[in-house]
Amino acid sequence: MTWTPLTLVLIGVICLLGVGFYGLLISRNLIKIIVALQILGKAALIAFVMAGNVNGQTGQGQALAMTIIVADTIVAVVGLALAVQVRRRFGTMDIKALSNLKG
Amino acid sequence: MTFIVGVLALAAVVCAAMALRAGKALVSALWLAGTSALVAFMLYLMGAHEIAVVELSVGAGLVTILFVFAISVAGDEALDVRTVIPRPLAIGLVIAAGLLLGWFTVAQPMAGLIQPIAAPVAAPLADVLWNQRGLDVLVQIVLIFGGVLGVIGLLADSAEKPDVKGPEAGVRDQTAEEVQL
Repeated sequence: MTWTPLTLVLIGVICLLGVGFYGLLISRNLIKIIVALQILGKAALIAFVMAGNVNGQTGQGQALAMTIIVADTIVAVVGLALAVQVRRRFGTMDIKALSNLKG
Repeated sequence: MTFIVGVLALAAVVCAAMALRAGKALVSALWLAGTSALVAFMLYLMGAHEIAVVELSVGAGLVTILFVFAISVAGDEALDVRTVIPRPLAIGLVIAAGLLLGWFTVAQPMAGLIQPIAAPVAAPLADVLWNQRGLDVLVQIVLIFGGVLGVIGLLADSAEKPDVKGPEAGVRDQTAEEVQL
Protein backbone atom coordinates (compact mmCIF):
# COMPACT_ATOMS: atom_id res chain seq x y z
CA MET A 1 0.00 0.00 0.00
CA THR A 2 1.45 3.36 -1.01
CA TRP A 3 1.21 6.22 1.44
CA THR A 4 -0.56 8.94 -0.50
CA PRO A 5 -2.02 12.08 1.12
CA LEU A 6 -5.47 10.60 0.50
CA THR A 7 -4.60 7.45 2.45
CA LEU A 8 -3.18 9.44 5.34
CA VAL A 9 -6.26 11.67 5.49
CA LEU A 10 -8.46 8.59 5.43
CA ILE A 11 -6.54 7.01 8.30
CA GLY A 12 -6.79 10.29 10.20
CA VAL A 13 -10.56 10.35 9.64
CA ILE A 14 -10.90 6.79 10.95
CA CYS A 15 -8.76 7.58 14.00
CA LEU A 16 -10.77 10.74 14.74
CA LEU A 17 -14.00 8.74 14.44
CA GLY A 18 -12.55 6.14 16.81
CA VAL A 19 -11.52 8.76 19.38
CA GLY A 20 -14.92 10.46 19.23
CA PHE A 21 -16.80 7.17 19.44
CA TYR A 22 -14.71 6.06 22.43
CA GLY A 23 -15.32 9.35 24.22
CA LEU A 24 -19.03 9.05 23.56
CA LEU A 25 -19.08 5.53 25.01
CA ILE A 26 -17.11 6.04 28.21
CA SER A 27 -17.84 9.60 29.28
CA ARG A 28 -20.53 10.49 31.80
CA ASN A 29 -19.83 14.22 31.83
CA LEU A 30 -22.09 16.29 29.57
CA ILE A 31 -19.27 18.62 28.49
CA LYS A 32 -17.11 15.66 27.53
CA ILE A 33 -20.00 14.15 25.56
CA ILE A 34 -20.36 17.37 23.56
CA VAL A 35 -16.59 17.42 22.96
CA ALA A 36 -16.81 13.84 21.65
CA LEU A 37 -19.68 14.83 19.34
CA GLN A 38 -17.60 17.73 18.03
CA ILE A 39 -14.71 15.37 17.27
CA LEU A 40 -17.07 13.05 15.39
CA GLY A 41 -18.37 16.04 13.41
CA LYS A 42 -14.86 17.08 12.44
CA ALA A 43 -14.10 13.59 11.16
CA ALA A 44 -17.27 13.66 9.06
CA LEU A 45 -16.33 17.12 7.76
CA ILE A 46 -12.93 15.95 6.48
CA ALA A 47 -14.51 12.80 5.02
CA PHE A 48 -17.04 14.78 2.97
CA VAL A 49 -14.42 17.16 1.56
CA MET A 50 -12.16 14.22 0.73
CA ALA A 51 -15.01 12.30 -0.92
CA GLY A 52 -15.79 15.34 -3.06
CA ASN A 53 -12.15 15.57 -4.14
CA VAL A 54 -11.97 11.85 -4.97
CA ASN A 55 -15.22 11.96 -6.94
CA GLY A 56 -14.23 15.05 -8.86
CA GLN A 57 -17.19 16.98 -7.45
CA THR A 58 -15.41 19.29 -5.09
CA GLY A 59 -18.25 21.80 -4.87
CA GLN A 60 -20.77 19.21 -3.74
CA GLY A 61 -18.49 17.91 -1.01
CA GLN A 62 -17.68 21.38 0.24
CA ALA A 63 -21.33 22.44 0.24
CA LEU A 64 -22.20 19.42 2.37
CA ALA A 65 -19.23 20.18 4.61
CA MET A 66 -20.63 23.68 5.15
CA THR A 67 -23.96 22.15 6.22
CA ILE A 68 -22.10 19.86 8.64
CA ILE A 69 -20.30 22.83 10.22
CA VAL A 70 -23.61 24.65 10.81
CA ALA A 71 -25.35 21.56 12.19
CA ASP A 72 -22.39 20.71 14.41
CA THR A 73 -22.31 24.23 15.83
CA ILE A 74 -26.04 24.17 16.60
CA VAL A 75 -25.61 20.80 18.31
CA ALA A 76 -22.85 22.32 20.47
CA VAL A 77 -24.93 25.42 21.29
CA VAL A 78 -28.06 23.52 22.31
CA GLY A 79 -26.05 20.83 24.09
CA LEU A 80 -24.12 23.37 26.16
CA ALA A 81 -27.35 25.19 27.06
CA LEU A 82 -28.81 21.87 28.19
CA ALA A 83 -25.66 21.13 30.19
CA VAL A 84 -25.95 24.48 31.98
CA GLN A 85 -29.60 23.74 32.80
CA VAL A 86 -28.79 20.25 34.08
CA ARG A 87 -26.05 21.68 36.26
CA ARG A 88 -28.43 24.27 37.71
CA ARG A 89 -31.23 21.82 38.42
CA PHE A 90 -29.31 18.75 39.58
CA GLY A 91 -26.05 20.30 40.77
CA THR A 92 -23.96 17.99 38.64
CA MET A 93 -23.12 17.29 35.01
CA ASP A 94 -23.25 13.54 35.44
CA ILE A 95 -25.70 11.99 32.99
CA LYS A 96 -26.71 9.54 35.73
CA ALA A 97 -28.62 12.45 37.26
CA LEU A 98 -30.81 12.53 34.18
CA SER A 99 -32.09 9.03 34.93
CA ASN A 100 -34.71 10.74 37.09
CA LEU A 101 -36.43 11.66 33.84
CA LYS A 102 -37.45 8.04 33.29
CA GLY A 103 -41.20 7.57 33.39
CA MET B 1 2.87 17.29 0.91
CA THR B 2 2.39 13.72 2.10
CA PHE B 3 4.58 14.33 5.14
CA ILE B 4 2.74 17.53 6.10
CA VAL B 5 -0.68 15.92 5.75
CA GLY B 6 0.46 12.93 7.80
CA VAL B 7 1.83 15.14 10.57
CA LEU B 8 -1.36 17.23 10.61
CA ALA B 9 -3.59 14.16 10.76
CA LEU B 10 -1.52 12.68 13.59
CA ALA B 11 -1.52 15.97 15.49
CA ALA B 12 -5.30 16.31 15.09
CA VAL B 13 -5.85 12.80 16.47
CA VAL B 14 -3.51 13.49 19.41
CA CYS B 15 -5.29 16.77 20.18
CA ALA B 16 -8.67 15.01 20.06
CA ALA B 17 -7.44 12.28 22.40
CA MET B 18 -6.04 14.89 24.80
CA ALA B 19 -9.38 16.73 24.72
CA LEU B 20 -11.03 13.59 26.05
CA ARG B 21 -8.26 12.79 28.56
CA ALA B 22 -8.04 16.28 30.06
CA GLY B 23 -9.08 16.51 33.69
CA LYS B 24 -10.68 19.93 33.47
CA ALA B 25 -13.42 20.95 31.06
CA LEU B 26 -11.67 24.21 30.18
CA VAL B 27 -8.49 22.38 29.16
CA SER B 28 -10.63 19.96 27.19
CA ALA B 29 -12.21 22.87 25.28
CA LEU B 30 -8.77 24.29 24.46
CA TRP B 31 -7.56 20.94 23.10
CA LEU B 32 -10.73 20.79 21.00
CA ALA B 33 -9.92 24.24 19.61
CA GLY B 34 -6.48 22.94 18.65
CA THR B 35 -8.10 20.01 16.87
CA SER B 36 -10.33 22.42 14.95
CA ALA B 37 -7.37 24.55 13.90
CA LEU B 38 -5.45 21.50 12.64
CA VAL B 39 -8.51 20.22 10.77
CA ALA B 40 -8.87 23.65 9.17
CA PHE B 41 -5.24 23.49 8.05
CA MET B 42 -5.85 20.05 6.54
CA LEU B 43 -8.91 21.33 4.71
CA TYR B 44 -6.87 24.21 3.32
CA LEU B 45 -4.25 21.80 1.99
CA MET B 46 -7.03 19.73 0.41
CA GLY B 47 -8.15 22.75 -1.60
CA ALA B 48 -11.27 23.61 0.41
CA HIS B 49 -10.19 27.15 1.25
CA GLU B 50 -13.61 28.58 2.09
CA ILE B 51 -14.50 25.64 4.31
CA ALA B 52 -11.14 25.96 6.08
CA VAL B 53 -11.83 29.61 6.88
CA VAL B 54 -15.34 28.83 8.15
CA GLU B 55 -14.07 25.92 10.25
CA LEU B 56 -11.31 28.04 11.74
CA SER B 57 -13.63 30.90 12.64
CA VAL B 58 -16.63 28.86 13.75
CA GLY B 59 -15.10 25.60 14.98
CA ALA B 60 -12.00 26.99 16.65
CA GLY B 61 -13.41 30.42 17.52
CA LEU B 62 -17.15 30.53 18.17
CA VAL B 63 -17.50 27.03 19.61
CA THR B 64 -14.56 27.57 21.97
CA ILE B 65 -16.08 30.82 23.21
CA LEU B 66 -19.37 28.99 23.78
CA PHE B 67 -17.57 26.28 25.75
CA VAL B 68 -15.76 28.84 27.90
CA PHE B 69 -19.03 30.69 28.50
CA ALA B 70 -20.88 27.52 29.49
CA ILE B 71 -18.05 26.39 31.77
CA SER B 72 -17.88 29.79 33.44
CA VAL B 73 -21.64 29.71 34.06
CA ALA B 74 -21.92 26.10 35.16
CA GLY B 75 -18.55 25.71 36.86
CA ASP B 76 -15.64 23.44 36.07
CA GLU B 77 -16.76 20.24 37.78
CA ALA B 78 -14.26 17.46 38.50
CA LEU B 79 -14.85 14.94 35.78
CA ASP B 80 -15.93 11.35 36.21
CA VAL B 81 -13.71 8.34 36.73
CA ARG B 82 -16.24 5.58 36.31
CA THR B 83 -17.59 4.97 32.82
CA VAL B 84 -21.01 4.19 31.42
CA ILE B 85 -19.92 0.85 30.00
CA PRO B 86 -16.84 -1.23 30.89
CA ARG B 87 -13.69 0.24 29.41
CA PRO B 88 -12.53 -3.01 27.69
CA LEU B 89 -15.90 -3.30 25.97
CA ALA B 90 -15.65 0.31 24.75
CA ILE B 91 -12.14 -0.26 23.43
CA GLY B 92 -13.26 -3.45 21.69
CA LEU B 93 -16.19 -1.70 20.05
CA VAL B 94 -14.00 1.16 18.85
CA ILE B 95 -11.36 -1.21 17.43
CA ALA B 96 -14.05 -3.27 15.67
CA ALA B 97 -15.62 -0.13 14.17
CA GLY B 98 -12.20 1.17 13.08
CA LEU B 99 -11.23 -2.13 11.48
CA LEU B 100 -14.52 -2.30 9.59
CA LEU B 101 -14.13 1.27 8.35
CA GLY B 102 -10.52 0.65 7.42
CA TRP B 103 -11.39 -2.53 5.58
CA PHE B 104 -14.06 -0.86 3.50
CA THR B 105 -12.09 2.30 2.75
CA VAL B 106 -8.30 1.97 2.95
CA ALA B 107 -8.08 -1.67 1.87
CA GLN B 108 -10.88 -1.09 -0.66
CA PRO B 109 -12.07 -4.67 -1.19
CA MET B 110 -14.85 -3.30 -3.37
CA ALA B 111 -12.73 -0.82 -5.30
CA GLY B 112 -14.14 -2.01 -8.59
CA LEU B 113 -17.68 -1.38 -7.43
CA ILE B 114 -17.10 2.17 -6.23
CA GLN B 115 -17.49 4.47 -9.19
CA PRO B 116 -18.40 8.14 -9.48
CA ILE B 117 -22.17 8.40 -9.74
CA ALA B 118 -21.97 11.15 -12.34
CA ALA B 119 -19.46 12.81 -14.56
CA PRO B 120 -17.05 14.91 -12.48
CA VAL B 121 -18.15 18.51 -12.36
CA ALA B 122 -15.63 20.95 -10.97
CA ALA B 123 -18.15 23.64 -10.13
CA PRO B 124 -17.10 26.33 -7.64
CA LEU B 125 -18.52 26.22 -4.13
CA ALA B 126 -20.64 29.36 -4.47
CA ASP B 127 -22.30 28.04 -7.63
CA VAL B 128 -23.10 24.70 -6.03
CA LEU B 129 -24.25 26.26 -2.77
CA TRP B 130 -26.66 28.80 -4.27
CA ASN B 131 -27.83 27.07 -7.44
CA GLN B 132 -27.78 23.35 -6.70
CA ARG B 133 -27.97 23.22 -2.92
CA GLY B 134 -30.43 26.05 -2.25
CA LEU B 135 -32.51 23.82 0.01
CA ASP B 136 -29.44 23.13 2.14
CA VAL B 137 -28.93 26.87 2.63
CA LEU B 138 -32.55 27.24 3.73
CA VAL B 139 -32.15 24.33 6.16
CA GLN B 140 -29.00 25.95 7.55
CA ILE B 141 -30.88 29.22 8.14
CA VAL B 142 -33.71 27.34 9.86
CA LEU B 143 -31.16 25.45 11.99
CA ILE B 144 -29.47 28.67 13.07
CA PHE B 145 -32.74 30.34 14.04
CA GLY B 146 -33.99 27.18 15.73
CA GLY B 147 -30.79 26.90 17.73
CA VAL B 148 -30.91 30.53 18.81
CA LEU B 149 -34.57 30.26 19.82
CA GLY B 150 -33.86 27.03 21.72
CA VAL B 151 -31.03 28.59 23.68
CA ILE B 152 -33.09 31.69 24.48
CA GLY B 153 -35.92 29.49 25.69
CA LEU B 154 -33.66 27.35 27.84
CA LEU B 155 -31.89 30.27 29.48
CA ALA B 156 -35.03 32.39 29.92
CA ASP B 157 -36.82 29.57 31.75
CA SER B 158 -34.03 29.31 34.32
CA ALA B 159 -34.07 33.06 34.95
CA GLU B 160 -37.76 33.01 35.85
CA LYS B 161 -37.66 29.99 38.15
CA PRO B 162 -34.66 30.03 40.46
CA ASP B 163 -34.36 26.70 42.24
CA VAL B 164 -32.31 27.69 45.25
CA LYS B 165 -34.08 29.74 47.86
CA GLY B 166 -31.98 32.58 49.19
CA PRO B 167 -31.98 33.91 52.75
CA GLU B 168 -34.66 36.47 51.84
CA ALA B 169 -37.04 33.67 50.83
CA GLY B 170 -36.58 32.07 54.23
CA VAL B 171 -37.32 35.37 55.97
CA ARG B 172 -40.41 35.80 53.83
CA ASP B 173 -41.68 32.30 54.73
CA GLN B 174 -41.07 32.95 58.41
CA THR B 175 -42.95 36.25 58.24
CA ALA B 176 -45.90 34.56 56.55
CA GLU B 177 -46.03 31.92 59.29
CA GLU B 178 -45.98 34.59 61.99
CA VAL B 179 -48.86 36.43 60.29
CA GLN B 180 -50.89 33.21 60.20
CA LEU B 181 -50.28 32.61 63.92
